[in-house]
Amino acid sequence: MSRPTPLREVHESLGATLTDFAGWLMPLRYGSESAEHRAVREAAGLFDLSHMGEIFVTGPQAGAALDHALVGHISAVAVGRARYTMICAPDGGVLDDLIVYRLAEEEYLVVANAGNYLMVARELTERARDLDALVEDRSDRYALIAVQGPRAQEILGTLTDADLPGLKYYAGLPATVSGRSALIARTGYTGEDGFELFVAAEDAAPLWADLAKAGEGYGLKPAGLSARDTLRLEAGMPLYGNELSTALTPYEAGLGRVVKLDKPGDFVGRAALAECAGIPVTRRLVGLIAKGRRVPRHGYAVVRQADGVIVGEVTSGAPSPSLGRPIAMAYVEAASAGEELAVDIRGGHEPVEVIDLPFYKRS
Amino acid sequence: MSSIPDNLSYTKEHEWVAGLDDGDEIVVGITAFAAEALGDVVFVQLPEAGAEVSVGEPCGEVESTKSVSDIYAPVTGTITEVNQVVSDDPSLVNTDPFGDGWLFKIRVEADADDLLSAAEYAKLTESES
Repeated sequence: MSRPTPLREVHESLGATLTDFAGWLMPLRYGSESAEHRAVREAAGLFDLSHMGEIFVTGPQAGAALDHALVGHISAVAVGRARYTMICAPDGGVLDDLIVYRLAEEEYLVVANAGNYLMVARELTERARDLDALVEDRSDRYALIAVQGPRAQEILGTLTDADLPGLKYYAGLPATVSGRSALIARTGYTGEDGFELFVAAEDAAPLWADLAKAGEGYGLKPAGLSARDTLRLEAGMPLYGNELSTALTPYEAGLGRVVKLDKPGDFVGRAALAECAGIPVTRRLVGLIAKGRRVPRHGYAVVRQADGVIVGEVTSGAPSPSLGRPIAMAYVEAASAGEELAVDIRGGHEPVEVIDLPFYKRS
Repeated sequence: MSSIPDNLSYTKEHEWVAGLDDGDEIVVGITAFAAEALGDVVFVQLPEAGAEVSVGEPCGEVESTKSVSDIYAPVTGTITEVNQVVSDDPSLVNTDPFGDGWLFKIRVEADADDLLSAAEYAKLTESES
């Protein structure tokens, strides 16, 4: 039985198709997912992301605890700013990718993926055990609503006095939105400008209604997980479970930049990651654009067109509303660079163009 | 609740068949129930005119945002015409599944015994939704 978010009744009243995602009952789409995708690219979309986990780390050694637990240099993040980072296993494998917000000198908010946050909270608790820091999973008390798209700032601006133009990308600001307390963060997973609002669970439904109303004249549409997936895929953003897993280090995922080997002190996974750091990777994450109309999907083999030899695997794939073509992310052998590749789609080898990510960059 | 027209026959694979009583040529499409479950259809691969198809065998596919599904031949026969319009604009499967979103026509060459009535198909969709 999947858990509903505080916005379940709102989704049902909008006629959403609901689906199980990582144990949560989430809106997959409200109508046409391509139309929702286009609304986010051209105007704005309203998302329920309440399945994400909110874990607070507080205390005099909160920063030190996160430096030890995560691969990033978290104590160096300024108050009010955020950082994309990862939690790794001792062998360097990625346990989850995270956004950490520094809310105050001694207070951090760690946002973890829905399928992982219980494990992340356990790991953080264990890794902070000997330090003066408290790890608290407050996911049940929070809802997360995102407004994403080029019109997001105008829409949110009608409901708050907060200085939105002054709020930088990857920064967070405690504020009042439509009379309710919210942490406004300028983050997202769509490739567009936008905001994520962390609010008390009981404020979620009234705030959603106010945002929907505020967005009426701007082309704001509620958008489901299906649109969220095609938006992040076009933006070349990894999804845990697809592009990221315990079997891969951040280096192998092409995200070695998040690992701060030179930060002070030891951290979990450091020894293993230090060994990987200098070694050239044998596989790399690339973008594929299909030349035909059949869609490469998760798990399909990438083959060399000349002889059909398997050189990689698709991690995510979908028809791209922005490109009008099927696109995919795939790990392919570095040695295959420059070769003509194809994807094995149910027995047929469909030619693809290999590109550097992302597929889409906002202008 | 998606519509299930009374004057059509149906398959367990969520296809509809029209014209069964009018002669030996039938029209085939996918139902509104299936179209809603699929989400936005972005590509339909249809059999070629003249192809011989066997009841229950895959003869095409439908790609949507989330998945790819086979299209099965609802009867045994020969493809007489495919809908070029839906091939060019697959979203017709979502917007008009029982009309302009039709997929192909088959000249029936064997009895079509296993097709469902509208009432039987309605029961099937209730058990699956």
